[in-house]
Amino acid sequence: MSAAENKTEAPEEQGFDGDPRSLLRSVVESNGLVVFLAVLAALVVGAVLVVFADESVQDASSYFFSRPMDTLSAAWGAITDAYVAMFQGSIYNLHADSFSGSIKPLTNSLTFSAPLIFAGLGLGVGFRAGLFNIGAQGQVILGAIMAGFVGFAFHLPFGVHLALAVIGAILGGALWGFIPGLLKATTGAHEVIVTIMLNYVGLYLLAWLLSLESWQAPGSDNPKSPRIDETAEWPSLLGDSFGLHWGFVAALLAAWGVWWLMERSTWGFTFRAVGANPSAATIAGMNVKVTYVLVMVIAGTLAGLAGGTQVLGTEKALTTGIAGSIGFDAITVALLGRSRPLGIVAAGILFGGLRASGPTLQVQAGLPIDIVLVIQSVIVLFIAAPPLVRFLFRLPDPRLVKEVTA
Amino acid sequence: MKLELRGITKKFGDFVANDRIDLSVEPGTVHALLGENGAGKSTLMNVLFGLYDADGGEVLVDDEVVHFAGPGDAMRAGIGMVHQHFMLVHPFTVAENVMLGHEQLGSNRLLDIEAARSRVLEISERFGFNVDPDALVEDLSVGAQQRVEIIKALSRDANVLILDEPTAVLTPQETDELLDIVRQLRDAGTSVVLITHKLREVKAVADTITVIRLGKVVGTAEPTASQSELATMMVGRDVTDAVDKAPAKPGDVVLEVTGLSAVNELGYTTLDDVSLEVRAGEILAVAGVQGNGQTELVEAIIGAVKATEGSVTLDGVRLLGRSIKQALNAGIGFVPEDRTTDGLVASFTIENNLVLDLIDDPRFSTRGNIDVDAIESNAKDRIAQFDVRTTSSKASAGSLSGGNQQKVVLARELSRELKLLIASQPTRGLDVGSIEFMHQQIVAERDKGVAVLIVSSELDEVVALADRIAVMYHGKIVGVVPPDTDRKTLGLMMAGAHQEEAA
Repeated sequence: MSAAENKTEAPEEQGFDGDPRSLLRSVVESNGLVVFLAVLAALVVGAVLVVFADESVQDASSYFFSRPMDTLSAAWGAITDAYVAMFQGSIYNLHADSFSGSIKPLTNSLTFSAPLIFAGLGLGVGFRAGLFNIGAQGQVILGAIMAGFVGFAFHLPFGVHLALAVIGAILGGALWGFIPGLLKATTGAHEVIVTIMLNYVGLYLLAWLLSLESWQAPGSDNPKSPRIDETAEWPSLLGDSFGLHWGFVAALLAAWGVWWLMERSTWGFTFRAVGANPSAATIAGMNVKVTYVLVMVIAGTLAGLAGGTQVLGTEKALTTGIAGSIGFDAITVALLGRSRPLGIVAAGILFGGLRASGPTLQVQAGLPIDIVLVIQSVIVLFIAAPPLVRFLFRLPDPRLVKEVTA
Repeated sequence: MKLELRGITKKFGDFVANDRIDLSVEPGTVHALLGENGAGKSTLMNVLFGLYDADGGEVLVDDEVVHFAGPGDAMRAGIGMVHQHFMLVHPFTVAENVMLGHEQLGSNRLLDIEAARSRVLEISERFGFNVDPDALVEDLSVGAQQRVEIIKALSRDANVLILDEPTAVLTPQETDELLDIVRQLRDAGTSVVLITHKLREVKAVADTITVIRLGKVVGTAEPTASQSELATMMVGRDVTDAVDKAPAKPGDVVLEVTGLSAVNELGYTTLDDVSLEVRAGEILAVAGVQGNGQTELVEAIIGAVKATEGSVTLDGVRLLGRSIKQALNAGIGFVPEDRTTDGLVASFTIENNLVLDLIDDPRFSTRGNIDVDAIESNAKDRIAQFDVRTTSSKASAGSLSGGNQQKVVLARELSRELKLLIASQPTRGLDVGSIEFMHQQIVAERDKGVAVLIVSSELDEVVALADRIAVMYHGKIVGVVPPDTDRKTLGLMMAGAHQEEAA
């Protein structure tokens, strides 16, 4: 007997019928609100940590019982300092001399967000097809290797060179997605294990390549490639005074492309069906194994583009740390964005902003840069535990709500 | 012990699931609670067990008002329940399951498994359950697992035993055994509340029948009432007992299966030299107790399992060795046995489920581009045509009742030109109204000249639909007989006897 037959006793679910309570219910049930509240809760937890980390608060707390207001005002000052610094570091600098200086933080945030969006989109496609791909990091690295190599080893006219470098990024990432996809389809090897291992393979492959003289900048022993040709760079979007480049626009286009793929193409329909119920997909004539391979190749392609963006737009040379933690942050971005393109773009920009604000937080508010990582991590923690968020904000459990309305 | 419910009312928002329901269970009787799926039977029991707070009414035990805060209270008051979905821990033994929840410690401060074992043995012997206390639950048949649930309830001194749709998962033989058990329990003084929508069972064992429809008690009936009287009360209108169908006009052979054999992943033979043919415009029903190769037969035909030997042809074209997609495209419509795992994607909208295997069809996509409007208007048509009860075509398939889910599957499979329709257990778990509807649709398809292959373990269904009946046992076709073959013969054939021996 199946679970659905249990439901046969309950009448069909009722949709929104004009009753404001049921409207609220439908909002409450959506994960979107939980995500928003998780971010909010994380900022509150961040504020608490800021208070503990702040020196003036620590000083004032030593005489808390004689003058408690000192501690409280110091705490309030620390929190506002921190969040103002975050705002100034990621969105708008109030103290800049010019308009372009004021919006530079925002452009930095967007620059940071481009690879996160690319890789997040790739992971999102996998998640929706039921594949828990942990391999974005390796795919990002392979994309970066290929793009970087094309960028510095070839000398081609503008346009052709960039196009070829981007194709390189795609091929590198796609290969690193194809391997676990093929292994899963043919041997049943679990993608989590295979992709984690391929992350290491990619990382050490990069380290080895950069130890070769032919991959190092001339006259240097550092594990860093020559600078890529300008013809292979993502052109700057707002002029040379900003770091923002066309890679960000490409990421937005990719988001639209993924939306079309998942919502409007027969491939995406198949991916979603396989992800939600592989046995029904099989009986409906869909080829689940081919789907797994295809999805992993697409996921790898997008992650590879993330690596390409890093090399061709932001760093302009290949280094051992080129991928940073993009591949892992992208997992959070994809989860935060609920694997939907629009959500991933929003989450990518949020995380780009958090990363961009780190240095300002350190300089202006005197806080350790780690606070940003803590906030990021706490967001993940809350997202991963929706019941906790519901408890904190006294939201009803959607399952109970369903039972009662049913 | 006498159990009485008075004026129980339970509302969910504006929806009244139970409307002033009165029910009185006299000691030592079998009281059948008869109603269609969705009539409010389970809600009533959940109120009784304290899982829901009633909006009105009271529960009385031996003429005293009681209030149960949860199932624990109800059990202590002597009310036991066997759920439709068993609440058993599979890797545990029977005795461990029975002990679970009220473990006793022995003199050595360790769990007293011996006490539980002897309790199981005692109850098992008293009622002839034939259950081994040391057997692992996962090794038991569904019928035996149900008996473990009954033992669990009895071991806690239940005076009133509530059985929620107990026969939904049982084979005909197991059903008969269960009904015997119910009679024995009654004779031993236990009251039994039988929640069901199956008329035959009600007539077989009930002393009193209460019929509920749309949350209200519509009346009580004597077990002497005819099946059609009970069905009319339950559904609220006249229900035709038999499927209304003209004699078949069989045409050419459409599906031909010859010498088909298959083994499962453990190496056991599941299909053993099966041969059959289905002609255009006829219904061949495969009867048999569940697990005798019927599932594998249809799966081999559509290509979901590999056959080791034999051939399958559709209109003379070889099917074996092709993909499921090719089989579907060749003109096979397939209603799988388990709609929730194989027939539908529960989280998808009804719209999308209606095109699950048609997404590549030129009606719904061109060069990989989905035509959203076409899918939406298709859904509107199908929902109207098949009377799928839903608030919106964008609702998830998982939110539908079983009958409506099955309508979605059938509607989808009938939305392309078919040569052959295969339906496995097409009405399992459905209420009377939905069963009638499914049968009409299947017969209509036959009358259009489609070859129809039905697999069912419900003998009623086989007899009602079939133009010819093939009986399967242990992976073999025991015989193919006409639909007017008497039930006893069919029953014996389902147990493996050949036609000549059985007749």
